[in-house]
Amino acid sequence: MTDGPAARPGTGQDEISFGRAVGSQLGRLHPATAGPATVHAAAVHPATAQVDASGLAIATAGLAKRFRSQMAVAGIDLAVPRGSIYGFLGPNGSGKTTTIRMLLGLIQPTSGSQLLLGVGMPAGANAVLPRVGSLVEGPAFYPQLSGRANLARLDAADRTASPRTAAARIDAALERVGLLAAAGKHYRAYSLGMKQRLAIAAGLLRPRELMILDEPTNGLDPQGTREVRALIRAIAADGTTVFVSSHLLAEVDQVCSHAGVMRAGALVFQGTLDEMRGRGAARILVRTSEPALASQVLAGLGLTDVTAAGREVTAQLGTEAPETVCARLVHAGVPVAGLETPRPSLEDLFVELTGEGFDVNG
Amino acid sequence: MSTADLAPARRRDGGVAAAQLASVLHWLRLLRSEFSLVFGRNRNLALLAVLAVVPVLLGLVLRFSSGGGGGGGGSGDGPAFLSQVTGNGVFLAFLALVVESTLILPLVVAVVAGDSIAGEANRGTLRYLLAVPAGRTRLLAIKFTATVAFCVCACLLVAAVAVAAGAILFPVGPVTLLSGTAVSLGAGLLRLLFVALYLAAAMAALGAIGLAISTFTEHPVGAIAAILVVALASEVADTVSQLDAVHPYLPTHWWLSFDALLRVPVAWSDLAHGLLSFGVYAVIFCSIAWARLTTADVTS
Repeated sequence: MTDGPAARPGTGQDEISFGRAVGSQLGRLHPATAGPATVHAAAVHPATAQVDASGLAIATAGLAKRFRSQMAVAGIDLAVPRGSIYGFLGPNGSGKTTTIRMLLGLIQPTSGSQLLLGVGMPAGANAVLPRVGSLVEGPAFYPQLSGRANLARLDAADRTASPRTAAARIDAALERVGLLAAAGKHYRAYSLGMKQRLAIAAGLLRPRELMILDEPTNGLDPQGTREVRALIRAIAADGTTVFVSSHLLAEVDQVCSHAGVMRAGALVFQGTLDEMRGRGAARILVRTSEPALASQVLAGLGLTDVTAAGREVTAQLGTEAPETVCARLVHAGVPVAGLETPRPSLEDLFVELTGEGFDVNG
Repeated sequence: MSTADLAPARRRDGGVAAAQLASVLHWLRLLRSEFSLVFGRNRNLALLAVLAVVPVLLGLVLRFSSGGGGGGGGSGDGPAFLSQVTGNGVFLAFLALVVESTLILPLVVAVVAGDSIAGEANRGTLRYLLAVPAGRTRLLAIKFTATVAFCVCACLLVAAVAVAAGAILFPVGPVTLLSGTAVSLGAGLLRLLFVALYLAAAMAALGAIGLAISTFTEHPVGAIAAILVVALASEVADTVSQLDAVHPYLPTHWWLSFDALLRVPVAWSDLAHGLLSFGVYAVIFCSIAWARLTTADVTS
């Protein structure tokens, strides 16, 4: 898997079919992903979107964006189930923000289709966006206005928001993110954490069915990160679907139920977090004073990638049960001092999916 | 047809009317928000203050340089009103509008119009407004309305301050128009109001050009500079006699045609030409702004 088609970022087509193959384990969530490998699902299955929309808060088919010569998003099939907390992972520059901007109708896709809460975007923007709260690429407000006045400005822009309840809704949103005490302060006097929370408050001005949060913990200290994480959990607890993008794995690991992993514009994994964890090939590690003999036995069992390092021997476990391996080792007279079946960490999987040192090289 | 048949129809009409009313109210709500941003901003207030100070300075200079009143120091080169100011304070307003329309008014309009979309894009607030969704066409209409309102306020402010300063510094009385006819003070002030509104229309046309330029950049300063360049280049071109074939089509050509209002009979054809020119510029450049903003990828 490490050397799969995704290792060639230049060839968008491979990545698309690869993403689909990985996504096929998600068949029950997104039948289209299990379909025949096609480059642009939207062109081939015009009905796909309608079929899928029922249980999905976000459904895209072959969504792609080209900026001049650069393919920022290379045809992705997102399937975000309603009620989930979906972690949208990927290194910086992998196309996450471009995808989010397309979902919100800020950027016109080059090709593909997208449904937000079952409504086609960007055509249905006026109908569906009032039901969607969003934080896009960091907070942005008027520095000369107070936090409260900034929210009032955004609420005034909403054709479907009632002016009569505005003051109460604004205060409730500020209270929810813990900014009520600082509501009268100028935005320019806010700390980064407060700015970030004000942006989330803007998303909470009214009940939403979907929250799209782009890097909500970017630049926050650990305390701020914890607060935002708690907020995300609380929002999801109300039944709101949360789509949160991040390049921080720990964040996703702690709050998300589902994950999608972007790499160079392609969706290289999509599924539940458990599925992502289960993806890693299990290995077996034997601690012994007779590494040579142990290696021989493991190789004799048909295990691959047997490597001995000091008093430890590791190998790909494959389909073999660890207890069988243990019995065979003991039977062959290997003194087994310890035996483990370590699973790769989420971080290992993430790096495996997105490429080692992307940020360092890029 | 019984009343029972009519009732649902009437209720439906009522529903439509209520929806229309609600949409008007929401429009006004965003417009009020936009006004408070434009008129609440310190920079814009400072610009209005500069606009207001100029007629006062002009008045003081004329009052104390012309040897106090009746001397009549007006030379042939100055604007037509210069010699009349010392005789009647109301003319300070016409003089101030002429003086400010060459540079200061276009500058102020350029700042407000150039900042309209580019400023939101630069701050990042444009993406949040559009994600609300404010609606791109609706946002543009609100921005243009606020710009026009600012132009009207700016021109009326100059006129009002100048009349006040003129009344303090100079005698005030029945207004002798450029054609030699005298009208009452009230009629003179009414003509001044129309002059200010005519100039506001001229500035609104420049504002439309500015709005269009503003949709092409994320840098408000660049937009402001570009608008000023357009205005000044047009003013310069308007003085080059070799280009007189294009003069009537320049955006600034008709700006000072408001002196038509100071004649009896009023030279309506000049005014009509001017207003037509402003209207055409406004329509063309608002269309460009609309075409750009409704199709642009917002990546700021």
